[in-house]
Amino acid sequence: MNEIKASERVEISMKLNGVEVSARAEPRTLLADFLREACGATGVHVGCEHGVCGCCTIILNGVASRSCLALAVQADGAEIETVESLAEVDGTLNALQEAFRKHHALQCGFCTPGILMSLTDLLRRNPKPSREEVVNVVGGHLCRCTGYTNIIDAAMDAINSVGR
Amino acid sequence: MKPRPFNYTRPSSVAEAADALAHYGENARILAGGQSLIAMLNLRLVDVEAIIDISQLKELSEIQLKGDVLEVGAAVTQNRLLAWPELEACVPLLAKMLPWVGHFQTRNRGTICGSLSHADPSSEIPLALALLGGSVVLRSKRGTRTLTADQFQTGVLSTARQPDELVVAANFPLNMGSGTAFRETARRHGDFAIVGIGAVKAVANEIRLGIGGVSARPFVSSLRFEKASDIVAEIEKLVWQFDGYEDMHATPRMRRDLVRHMAPLVIEEALA
Repeated sequence: MNEIKASERVEISMKLNGVEVSARAEPRTLLADFLREACGATGVHVGCEHGVCGCCTIILNGVASRSCLALAVQADGAEIETVESLAEVDGTLNALQEAFRKHHALQCGFCTPGILMSLTDLLRRNPKPSREEVVNVVGGHLCRCTGYTNIIDAAMDAINSVGR
Repeated sequence: MKPRPFNYTRPSSVAEAADALAHYGENARILAGGQSLIAMLNLRLVDVEAIIDISQLKELSEIQLKGDVLEVGAAVTQNRLLAWPELEACVPLLAKMLPWVGHFQTRNRGTICGSLSHADPSSEIPLALALLGGSVVLRSKRGTRTLTADQFQTGVLSTARQPDELVVAANFPLNMGSGTAFRETARRHGDFAIVGIGAVKAVANEIRLGIGGVSARPFVSSLRFEKASDIVAEIEKLVWQFDGYEDMHATPRMRRDLVRHMAPLVIEEALA
């Protein structure tokens, strides 16, 4: 059995956006805080810290997950993707991000990284989801600026323009 | 907020998890999907010395048909069961209810058994288990026991689980009734239900109705009727048996009204 004492700081290694990273954390460190503070992935936004707002959503071992509802120690050996993985190295936005810009699907941008990661997971499972499916996935996020319409329009535009 | 410090244990078998629970007792919690537990740790509503993580245990990751039940291991996530190709044929009610459990993002980690253990009175999975007459398998160093849904959930966020026990599986009966239906009213899809209603057609003139959000635990009743026009009167009798559960979202009266409106629709759908 593997037990880590409360005061112990253990080495956690993971593949973050394709790069091997490792840093130390206590058992109580949330994955969201670990990614931001130890790994510098500040695109992971921390909003409500109890799984309601969706700002901290990342892709953990292939599935969209709340990083405030996972412990850093649970992600040892995991593969993690954050919003930082979406654009090209030179800053060129991907199709989904470009659609968000075109449709003005963000104002303050706090909720955006989480929504982009949720939609990324959805589109990998189903490249042609219906508007209703998109609404259900965006329903797992809170946006206090845009009223969701532009977010959903942007997602649908990105979906419909693929393969055009 | 952040959780207070705790020891983190990752057992490599159910037997080791039971050993750890025997050691810590009430001062430990089992972590599976963490979609309720970690939120409560963050809010410091749960205060424990140790967290025992069973999410990686292979022996708890099985979805299996065993005789006349579907056995779901304690590490099986809600989205994994929802994506299981035989779910619709085996337990159609679950196939209808699971899309209502939390959000897509929380179903990716949240587990079936975790939702049962959390025992929120408005949640869908405990309602499905109660309505179908399923059971929960508990393990401790003392042995294994199986409790029916009715024996297991004792009240709001309360179950008959002893401090040294962990839930290892849930059993959902197969082939329950010929028609099923589920509807829910919530502030937004994925939020806690104000009222959720499931129905299973038992025999020609009998419906098993399960209602969540109106009492401290799922309210299950059999409704007999001679003709369809009797249904409204039967539901009227039912709504006065609720506990009068109340929170910031709805009064007992509003919940009764929701049931009056929703139940006939759910029953109609199950009979169709």
